[in-house]
Amino acid sequence: MAEPRPVLEMTGIVKEFPGVRALSDVDFRLFPGEIHALMGENGAGKSTLIKVLTGVYSLDGGTITLDGRSVRFGSPLQAQHAGISTVYQEVNLCPNLSVAENIFIGREPTRMGRIQWKRMRKEAAELVDRLGLDIDVTAPLSSYPLAVQQLVAIVRSVGTGDSDGEGSGTKVLVLDEPTSSLDRDEVQELFRLMRRLKDEGVAILFVSHFLDQIYEICDRMTVLRNGTLVGEHMVGDLDQVGLIQLMIGKALDQLEELHDHQLHSDVGETLVKAEGLGRTGGIAPFDLEIKKGEVLGLAGLLGSGRTELARLLFGADQPDSGKATIGGKQVSLSAPNDAIGAGVAFCSENRKTEGLVPDLTVRENIILALQAARGWTRPIPVSQRDELVAKYIKALDIRPANPEARVGQLSGGNQQKVLLARWLITQPKLLILDEPTRGIDVGAKAEIQKLVVSLSEDGMSVLYIAAELEEVLRLSHTIGVLRDRRLVAQITNGPEITTSRIMETIASGEHQ
Amino acid sequence: MSTPSVTTPSRWRALTHHHLFWPVAVLVVLLLVNVPFTPDFFSIKMTDGHLYGSLVSIVLFGSPLILVAVGMTLVIATGGIDLSVGAVVAITGALACSYISDQADQSALSGVLLAMGLGLLAAVVCGLWNGFLVARMGIQPIIATLIIMVAGRGVAQLITDGQIITINSEPYKLIGGGYWLTLPFSIFVVAAVVAVTVVLTRRTALGLLVESVGGNAEASRLVGIRSMRIKIMVYMFCALCAGIAGLMISSNTSAADGNNAGLWIELDAILAVVIGGTSLLGGRFSIGGTVVGALVIQTLTTTIYTIGVPTQTNLVFKAAVVIVVCLLQSPKFRAKVFGAKFGAGSGTKGSAKPATAPADTAPATEAAPKMEVS
Repeated sequence: MAEPRPVLEMTGIVKEFPGVRALSDVDFRLFPGEIHALMGENGAGKSTLIKVLTGVYSLDGGTITLDGRSVRFGSPLQAQHAGISTVYQEVNLCPNLSVAENIFIGREPTRMGRIQWKRMRKEAAELVDRLGLDIDVTAPLSSYPLAVQQLVAIVRSVGTGDSDGEGSGTKVLVLDEPTSSLDRDEVQELFRLMRRLKDEGVAILFVSHFLDQIYEICDRMTVLRNGTLVGEHMVGDLDQVGLIQLMIGKALDQLEELHDHQLHSDVGETLVKAEGLGRTGGIAPFDLEIKKGEVLGLAGLLGSGRTELARLLFGADQPDSGKATIGGKQVSLSAPNDAIGAGVAFCSENRKTEGLVPDLTVRENIILALQAARGWTRPIPVSQRDELVAKYIKALDIRPANPEARVGQLSGGNQQKVLLARWLITQPKLLILDEPTRGIDVGAKAEIQKLVVSLSEDGMSVLYIAAELEEVLRLSHTIGVLRDRRLVAQITNGPEITTSRIMETIASGEHQ
Repeated sequence: MSTPSVTTPSRWRALTHHHLFWPVAVLVVLLLVNVPFTPDFFSIKMTDGHLYGSLVSIVLFGSPLILVAVGMTLVIATGGIDLSVGAVVAITGALACSYISDQADQSALSGVLLAMGLGLLAAVVCGLWNGFLVARMGIQPIIATLIIMVAGRGVAQLITDGQIITINSEPYKLIGGGYWLTLPFSIFVVAAVVAVTVVLTRRTALGLLVESVGGNAEASRLVGIRSMRIKIMVYMFCALCAGIAGLMISSNTSAADGNNAGLWIELDAILAVVIGGTSLLGGRFSIGGTVVGALVIQTLTTTIYTIGVPTQTNLVFKAAVVIVVCLLQSPKFRAKVFGAKFGAGSGTKGSAKPATAPADTAPATEAAPKMEVS
């Protein structure tokens, strides 16, 4: 793999923001035909390095060499023309346009100012075909799941320069957390595409929080910590524990602690009981019981109905069959208010769109649920409010610990903690957490999992949804397995239950 | 502004980053522009126990606009807009005046109070209708309120039979044209409405909930905020403010003109809200900013007359000033023209680094002090 000349070389990179040195003296290199992981905790400087590379930020020091020539990009467009394409976590495409239009948007093949639709569709189909994907390019993008949209975004970015000779073809492809919302099969699909591009000689820079994925697909990795380079390693030379230690700069006692953790057996009487609860097009009718102090984990692929089940229990979507009782009382669940009144709290998987109000401060976001329950005429007294907010900022270690900070400016992990704080101050009986650890760094992940454990020990019931089976297995007393929008099994956790056992259940759709 | 121990440059910086800085600066400049043309612009004289002067007239003539704009601020903060306020002004004035004109004794206090109550009730019903269409039926606010904007003028003309109704009622004259404690009575009405609004939004949780609904509607629903109720309430409040403005305008002229009363006031009101720094996208709002914004617009109108801009170039001149104000509000523009010192630190936007920076380069987070009371 160690080819003599890297396609991209960044040396001594410095980037400063007022008062903060985001990158100091970072070196980074990328060889053609390799997949290179950029590792580090949130705030380590990964995104900054990518933004410097792709021309979003200007350089404050250091040099970038692409193909032996020194370059400096003033805008993402310039970087793209030079052969550096980027696909971000969020898909930046137009869902209402067709796949072909999305691939060619902004560089449609034209003749005398008119778009050549036929040619565009043909070229799009060829491109998709060449990359081994089975996508109908004439269908609107929105008719495909998010995962496929992500693939289209990648096809679009590597397709640059194919149609009109403009640009020089993609030499470097930057994938910034493309897998954070994909399930296992979809990740494999993405990896197939990545391998194909790698074989074509494209150098891929890959950012992901999933260590298993890094070890599966990457050849080499660069580790950053606090804006400095920690080291560059071949993936085979560094095991996961070693990598995590490099990333956080200390031994991983936090996670170790959780590994040894025993599930407490102090589970009380039934709190939530759902009978035949279901919603057409959402999830098939299911029966479910959650006991006091129990952690019920939901396992299943993305789109298997995990989120839909949770949303029904919260009244975010209205059930059209069945009934639910919470604490012995029947609840209509026709709106979130009904569930909230019965002591249910719900942290959505979509922090930005369904959770936070980015314009408001940390304090305002934290008190929002409690205030909504009290109604507008009864504001929380200022002293009590400040006390509550300060208490939860401290308890959850929200940073910056400034209640006046705009929540939109916090990192993902801290935003998640703000959401948790918002519901914890309402002292719910059932806390629904949908993917609370998605897209946040290892340290914050461990903190949130520890919190779930201690909350359930204190008698709170938790419905826990996570894509990582290990996570579900580690925390749950009972594991509900979903498949094709149906709750197919409920497994009591025990020493004999393993992730492969759950995977078998997901695959077969039944539990022995 | 918040920490007393800051150095001078950072205090200056905090000042320029205060959300009211640019609107107030423009207002002051506009006022000063008048001085060379009218040397006694700032002087206030006492005549017949009434205070007279340009400043007093600006507030007096700006009163209806301030009222309408204050109501509009809350609607805009929920992510909506209310185009019907001008028509509501006309309907309220028409109802009140036609009721009074039917009375044998037009100056009877009970009749006048009833007329005002009737007008305001009609206004609130209009607001209820708007709120119902927007919150309950899910119609785009701009379309929903367009209905009354167009139809309301017709209703006002029906009420007045297409005539301009003139009345002669002493008590009614007080609201828009009378004096109390040496000052125009309108000023007290405006002060009361602004004070009530501030108390209503900032001393209760209404302001927070409105900002939440406007900032992220889906998140607000999932957190249990009854956003439908809040939206309906806000549209009703906006219409009530427009109704009071309608009483004021018809009282000032002692006449109800279904065609021209409050014509285009919705546009000036929206402008005032924007100048005051409330985003049309909804979310954060500032009542204080809106009041300053409305005063800017009224001062502009006055200035156009005092410096003698030819009537036909009136609107162009106004537009030019508005563009300047809006540009000054844009952090991007300020950073480009004045350098980073005035820009809202747009360079720091992408980094979510904690605010460990030294005082003179503090990130934007702490640069804009939060408004508790406008």
